[in-house]
Formats: sequence, structure tokens, C-alpha cells
Amino acid sequence: MSTQEHTAVAHLHRDDVRSRMGMWLFLFTELILFGGMFFLYAVYRFLHQADFHVAAKSMNILIGTVNTAILLTSSLTIALSIAALQNKKKILSLILQGITVIFGLLFLVNKYFEWSAEIHHGNYPGSPELISQSSGHILFFGLYYVMTGLHGLHVIIGMVVIMFMMRFTIKDVITPDHIVKLEAAGLYWHLVDIIWIFLFPLFYLIT
Amino acid sequence: MASDAAAVHSNSYETYLDYKGKHKGIFAWILSTDHKRIGILYMVALLSWFLVGMALGGLIRLELLTPGRTIVGPQTYNAFFTLHGVIMLFIFVIPGIPAVFGNFFLPIMIGAEDVAFPRINLLSWYLYIIGGILIILAIFLPGGAPDTGWTFYIPYSIRTSTNMIITLTAVFLLGFSSILTGLNFITTIHRLRAPGMDWFKMPLFSWALYATGWIQVIVTPIIGITLLLVIIERVFGVGIFDPALGGDPILFQHLFWIYSHPAVYIMAVPAMGVISEIIPTFSRRTIFGYKFIAYSSLAIALFGSLVWAHHMFAVGMSDSAEFIFSLLTFMVAIPSAIKVFNWTATLYKGSIQLDPPMLYSLAFIFLFSIGGLTGIIQGALSVDIHLTDTYFIVGHIHYVVFGTAGFGIFAALHYWLPKMIGKIYNMKTAKVAFWITFIGFNILYFPFFIMGWLGMPRRSYDYLPEYQVYHVISTVGSWIMISGILLMFYNLLKSVYTGKRVTERNLWGGETLEWTVPTPPPLTNFEKLPDVTVGPYEYKQNDIEVEEVK
Amino acid sequence: MDKHNELAEHSNHRYGKYILVWLGLLTLTAITVAVAGVNLGSITIATAIIIASIKSYLVLTVFMHLKSESKTFKIFVGVAVFFIIISLVLLFSDYSNM
Ligand SMILES: [Cu+2]
Repeated sequence: MSTQEHTAVAHLHRDDVRSRMGMWLFLFTELILFGGMFFLYAVYRFLHQADFHVAAKSMNILIGTVNTAILLTSSLTIALSIAALQNKKKILSLILQGITVIFGLLFLVNKYFEWSAEIHHGNYPGSPELISQSSGHILFFGLYYVMTGLHGLHVIIGMVVIMFMMRFTIKDVITPDHIVKLEAAGLYWHLVDIIWIFLFPLFYLIT
Repeated sequence: MASDAAAVHSNSYETYLDYKGKHKGIFAWILSTDHKRIGILYMVALLSWFLVGMALGGLIRLELLTPGRTIVGPQTYNAFFTLHGVIMLFIFVIPGIPAVFGNFFLPIMIGAEDVAFPRINLLSWYLYIIGGILIILAIFLPGGAPDTGWTFYIPYSIRTSTNMIITLTAVFLLGFSSILTGLNFITTIHRLRAPGMDWFKMPLFSWALYATGWIQVIVTPIIGITLLLVIIERVFGVGIFDPALGGDPILFQHLFWIYSHPAVYIMAVPAMGVISEIIPTFSRRTIFGYKFIAYSSLAIALFGSLVWAHHMFAVGMSDSAEFIFSLLTFMVAIPSAIKVFNWTATLYKGSIQLDPPMLYSLAFIFLFSIGGLTGIIQGALSVDIHLTDTYFIVGHIHYVVFGTAGFGIFAALHYWLPKMIGKIYNMKTAKVAFWITFIGFNILYFPFFIMGWLGMPRRSYDYLPEYQVYHVISTVGSWIMISGILLMFYNLLKSVYTGKRVTERNLWGGETLEWTVPTPPPLTNFEKLPDVTVGPYEYKQNDIEVEEVK
Repeated sequence: MDKHNELAEHSNHRYGKYILVWLGLLTLTAITVAVAGVNLGSITIATAIIIASIKSYLVLTVFMHLKSESKTFKIFVGVAVFFIIISLVLLFSDYSNM
């Protein structure tokens, strides 16, 4: 905590470290927000192991895996877009940011089909079929919808943020020397990815 | 101390109060990102809410004056104690000291021009205001005011037909506001300290805010998600906590207290920071054990986050859990005790001046000791089973929350308000108001311990006649305390309008940076950025005469 | 003036590194899916969590540049992760011994 701390600037001119620090702290709150739901998952899975195994059988591993690959790749493209801009390749950076948004959209489309299929099977909150199932089954699907739903919401927010970043890049608000906004957006996107990295095995791979 | 200021007063600089930005009138305030103005905005809102919460508390006491119905019916009574808790905790003491005095003084104390993210700071104020408005809506919209108690326990909070969704959304937003304040302070302290302001030259108030910032950032998301899940459960019928859908209501309690126990430290640690400023100033002594106090804030933040389940000893947890949480609870008392010992040691042989801020600080130490010790009593498993959900816990929470955070805020108000507005209140009235408040406080809350020990259950609308004598004493105490507080508010408010002007920089002889800037502070805080060479509280022997402005 | 600009000069290295990490992440995904098919009994969940943690570590250190950030940031992340783990452990002190 000491040596590099002395570089602290005493007044409010630009300080990228400060911006990134604020962003990281914000990411912790997001992480712990999902952490709370992982606690719920852990306890309920512990209490209803057999039910969770059975319930997870209806998950489509293929869609889950494809979505994992999509998000991981989008993480790559946003990371590359930052490197590209630092390399003064504005157009390439813009293209990579655009691809990231498109991957986000693909992820959501897949999610849509997945949810539709589940709802078609009668596995949705409050449905008579779900209510008639065992407790563990109800809880599994409750958590499934809430956790993937909130994650999906974060994907949407991330996409909107990146679209703003594209606009800023076009208008030269974000430049190779003023890149911290794009970096912060990237951090957010990566965090959304990390959350999915844990959601995926917990809901799809426990049969 | 307040010299004939009017003669000396000349605004050779522009204070933050008369700074004219691009906005006019009220907009110059509610669109300002200046940390000092935001601090004032918070102060106005917080103190107004405090009066509402106090009125509700007074009504609760009045209802309990006699067994059975006194002034209102049971449903209204339930709404009263719910709203009293929600308002006092989530709207008053949790934002409390950091939002008002942290915002105003943290940047000045570490030699910065503003907080790290001024616009996010303003955003957090708006979230706070929206949260407050939602609470008002929850009270008056059809459906009725929430009646679950401030703990929102499952399953009642998913069954009651009162306006739970609005209330929970409000608390969610207030939590978000609190997170943004914490995030802002952590970053400010890391990145904006003036040259030479090392970690261990920082005033202890900044240390307290730093530790608090971490608690805010780390544990608040847990209550956020928990309440959000209750909302989702109510709206969509998703099975999460509802036992009818296989859920575990105890799990809600776990998640709730993972936040709400550390929340006690979000209230108390900044107050301890205030006390650590006031004690050395008014005893003219270097604080004893600076590093111990600084580190004990961090230790409280750490251990305080690990003891939540002591609120659940009576719900049937596993034996090992009860043992672990009981043990950790005893441990968290250690850093708190370290602080109390260090304050006392600072007072020892100091030349103590009993000005109003000091009176409130000494009262703080007294009340906090009672609150803390009664907490330890409940940390013991066997005793807690007897005391759970009795008035003992109500007494404990009021000594801890009101006695520390509340008195901390009063102390801070008397210490810093003159600096903030450049006007001083009437000393004598302030002292009278203090004594009335302090005596009323003890008459009001001490009987709670006795009643609780005898078995009077909390939140109860009706009670057996043998408890009435304690309820009567307590209700009379509430009248005394409320008059004291109203007198204090009147005195402070009067100083805002007609108080004597003060212009000397160092009103009390403090040694921290806020006393080196003009009163009231200029817009950019410092004429030139300070270069810090000595630590805080470095009182030289016999320099009292120099400190006092002739 | 700060590390990030220095990094810009080595950007071509960074492209390569990112792509390598991405390939690693995809491989780990493939492994975790493949392992899930095999019945490993009680260690199934442990394997899944360990692989997910490795993947997160890669994203954190490389994509999120945690490696090139100062020690302060690393401690920060440590605090957040520590809180989640210790809370989970304490929570299970209630559930695991019923
Ligand atoms: Cu507690």
C-alpha cells in the first residue's frame, strides 16, 4: 500500500488509476450481488441434491456450451479492441467493439430460445406443472430463472455501454491516450463473462 | 472563543456558500457536485427524516403508555414500529455521518479539492432522495404502510398485503446510494491525499470512513440482492425463500444479517471516528494509540462481517454454527474495547474542556459502553435464548445505534456545523439541551433492559399490567428526550439564521487540516494545496494560549 | 507515464497473448463439458468449480489486466474473494451439521 501510493495526485486532474479503482470497486459489488445468489444455490443444492440432479437434466447442454463459447469469444474481442486502439488502429477497434455487441446479442437470442423451450415444457415460475414438482425442483428453476435472468440483464447493460463506447470512439472522446472509459467498459464485460463461467457448470453440468 | 467576528469579517475569498455557478437558486445546490454542498444537502434531508423517525418513536411510546389501545390500533402500531426502524436505520444512521460530515470534511482533512467522483457523489444523493420518496409513497398509497418490522422476515414479507414492493425497492436504492458513497471514499483516500499525507498522518476520522467504505462496498450488495429476490418472489411467484415453494426462510435471515450486522458498524465506526477527532481537540492531547485506533477500525470491519448469525441463535441453527458465531461475537468486542481504552487514556491528564461537542462525545463513550456490554451479554448463547425478542434487545439496539451513531451525529453537528456555515450556536442552550437529551435518553431506554430481563416481548402491541410501570417511566423519558432534542435543533437552526458570525479558522484548537482553511471553506477548499509534514493531533505542550484566538 | 502506454508498444504481443488465453479458455470449457459426462461422483462439482476458477483467474489476470495493476488492486480483489469464501464457509457451518 505504500510506494506507488505516493503518486497520488492531490487534485482533480485526470487520473486513470482513480477511474479504474472506482470501476473495480463497483465490479466487487456486482460480484457480491451474484455471490449472494450463489450462496442460495449452494445451500439449496446441498439440501436437495437429488432434486437438483434431476431438474438439471432438462437443461440443454449444447446451448449452454455454445453460449459459453460466445461469451468467452466476446471477452476476447473487447480485450483486443482495447489493444487495437492503444495501437492507434481506430477502425479495427471499432469493428471489434461492434463484434462484441453482436456476440452479446447472439447470446441473448440463444437464451431466448432456451427459456422458450423451458416455458413450453411448463417449467416456469408459478406454472401448475412446476408447483406439483418436488421442492428442490421448484427451487432449481427459481434460481435458474433469476440468476440467468439477472445475468442476461447485465449482458444487455454491457451491450448498451459498449455501444456508447463505440460512439465515443467515433467522436474521438476515446482516443489512444484517453482510453480509460473503454477499459472500464471492458472490465464490466469481462465480469459478466466471469459470472457466466460459474453459472454454466452449476446449472448445466451437474446431471 | 468566537471573537468579535463581524469587524474582522471580510470576504476576501469566495466561500462555497456564496459561490455562483451556472445554476441559480435551488439548482445551484441540487445540481452542484461540490462535496461541501452535497454534504449540506444530505444534512438537510437526514435531519428532516430524523424528525419524522423521532415523531414515530414518540407515538410508539405514547401507545405503550397503557396496556391495550391507547391512541392507535394494532395495525397502525405495526406500521409505526416498521417505519420508525426503516427510517431511523436506512435513511438516518446508515447514510448518517459519512454522507453528511464525510462528504464535507473528508476531502478537506486529507488535503483534496473534492471526492474522487463528484458526479457519482451527487448521483448517490439522488438515489437517497428517491429512496426516501418511495418510503413516503409506501406510507400513503392504498395497500397501507409496511408492517413487517424493519427486518422484513420471510414468510410474512411475501404474504402481507401492505406496500412491500415499494418499501423494498426504496431500501434497495438506499443501499445502492450507500455503496456509491463508500466507493467514492475508498478511492478518494487512496488517490487524492495531499503530498506528504501518508496513511498514518491521516486523521482518524478518515481511517474510520475508509473502514466504513469497505463495509459498505462489500456487504451492502448482499442486502440488495436479498431484497431484490423478495421483490421478484412477490411479483413473479418464483420459489426462492417461500417455504410453501420449498424455500428456507432461515436462509433469508442469514442473508439479511450478513448485511445488517455489519450495518451496525456502518453506523458506529464513523461515529467512533468523530469521537477520535473531538477527544484530542478538547483535551489538548495527542490521541493515545493512534495506530491502534486506526487498525481497530479495520479489525471491526473484518470481524464485524463474520458474526451475523448471532441474531439467529434462537432459530435452531446447528450447534457448531452457534458456537462459532458466539465466539466470533466475543472477538469483535476486542477492537471496540481498544478504542474505548484509548479514548479514556487520551482523556487522562488532559486539560479537558467541556464544550458541547465534548459533552456529546463523553456521553457517546458512556452509552457505547453500556450498549457494547449488553451486546456481549447477548453474545452468550444460554443468556441469549432467554433474551431473544425481548425488550432487552430493543434497549441494546437503541444504546448502540442511537447512543453511538445518533450521539456521534449530534457531537459532529456541534463540532463542525460552525465551521460549515461560519456561524456559532448559543453555547449555554447547547449544554442545557445536551443534559436534557442525555438524561431523557437513559430514562427512556434503560427500563427496556429491566423489562426485557423480566420477559416483555418486543414489538408487542399489548402487554401484561405488571410491565406498565416500566412503560410509563420510559414514555416519560421519551418526552424529556424529545424536548431536549427539539431544543438542540432549535438552537442549531437559530444559529444558521441569526447565529454569531465566526471567521477564525480554528474554532476549537483542532490540529487537523479542516481547521487550517478559512471559515466557511472556500469553493476549492485550499488557497494553496497543503504540504503535510506532521501528523494529526500533535499538540505541543502549553500551546493552548496560542490556539485560542485573543 | 503509466504502464498502460508502455504496453501499447507491445500491442502485437498482446494480440497473440489474448488469442492464446482465449484458446485456453475454450479448451477448459471443452474439458469441463467432457468431464461432466463422466460420472466422477462427489468430485464432479469440485472439478467443475476448479475449472471455472482457473478460467476466471485467466480472465482476471490477462483480459482484465490485473497482472499489470498495482499491488493495491490485487489486495482489493483478494478482499472481495475472501469475503465471499469465508461467508460461504460460515453459512455452511449452519447447514452442514444439522
Ligand atoms: Cu449483530
